[in-house]
Amino acid sequence: MELTNRETWAVIHGLVLGTIYLLSFGGALAGLWSLRPGLITTAGIKERMTRLYVGFGVMAVTAWLTVVTGTWIVYPWYRVKLADPDFAQCAGLEKPTAACSPRDFLLSNASGDTKEWHHWGMEWKEHVAWAAPILATSAFLLVLYYGPRLISRNWLRMAVIVMLVASFLGAAVAGALGAFINKIAPIS
Amino acid sequence: MTTTTGHHDDEVAPELAALDLPDKPDGPGAAMMISAGIGIFMLGLFTVLAEASTGVKDWLQKWEWGVGVGPLAGKTTVATLIYFLSLAVLWAVWRNKEINVKTAFYIGFGLGVLGAIGTYPAFFQAFAP
Repeated sequence: MELTNRETWAVIHGLVLGTIYLLSFGGALAGLWSLRPGLITTAGIKERMTRLYVGFGVMAVTAWLTVVTGTWIVYPWYRVKLADPDFAQCAGLEKPTAACSPRDFLLSNASGDTKEWHHWGMEWKEHVAWAAPILATSAFLLVLYYGPRLISRNWLRMAVIVMLVASFLGAAVAGALGAFINKIAPIS
Repeated sequence: MTTTTGHHDDEVAPELAALDLPDKPDGPGAAMMISAGIGIFMLGLFTVLAEASTGVKDWLQKWEWGVGVGPLAGKTTVATLIYFLSLAVLWAVWRNKEINVKTAFYIGFGLGVLGAIGTYPAFFQAFAP
């Protein structure tokens, strides 16, 4: 029962940071949704806002850490071109090897029709993921700037929720595609 | 105590009155919304340009510093820098101004949607020579 260095980073990127992001998203969304007039006492507002600041802050930080580790640590292992242009080193394989990178493996169609997992799946994932931290950061700053004033400004609160959910959707697309791709062509 | 005069927050939510919140201009809030849209738009734009132009792709790849990330390094790094730069500039310019946050949100939302479309493979791959 052990993980290689690459597997450990893939776990940190996708599972550890992804889980923290998801948890903080759930807390932030629930907290912001019920931040409405008449629902919370003055003392409750102070307690709620502290939790919201922490939740949104953690979400923004983990979103950045997720895309940075994914792009700068895990992704180079995925995309390195190890095989020849005809992917001869990938022939007959069921998983990527030291001579056939995950990208080579998907493009080779060595284990079924896998090429589109790169052309569509990975190409979408690697780009759209970066929308998540940008939106999470602006949403965090909006909550930090307006604070309890969001209670009385329903439209503004809904705008922040839209940004929060859009951040989650970007992360969800990237996370789901990453999970599928790592299942077919794992980094090890 | 009524302190939020401009936006009348404690008239909508009386529980805010005890918090004695000073009024704040909407300029920085508008900056946060529009800059997010700008950042995502630039991400989509660089994705399309990298597909359409070898010169742009090569320039974006220089941002990888030998790590092996490819042009994705430049697309994401430059888009992120532009996001933070636009946030800082708009925030500084609008720090004491009342900017319509609804308009700002719609602008940011529109830019964000365009950027998201730019990151979709079926769209940006159509620009390949």
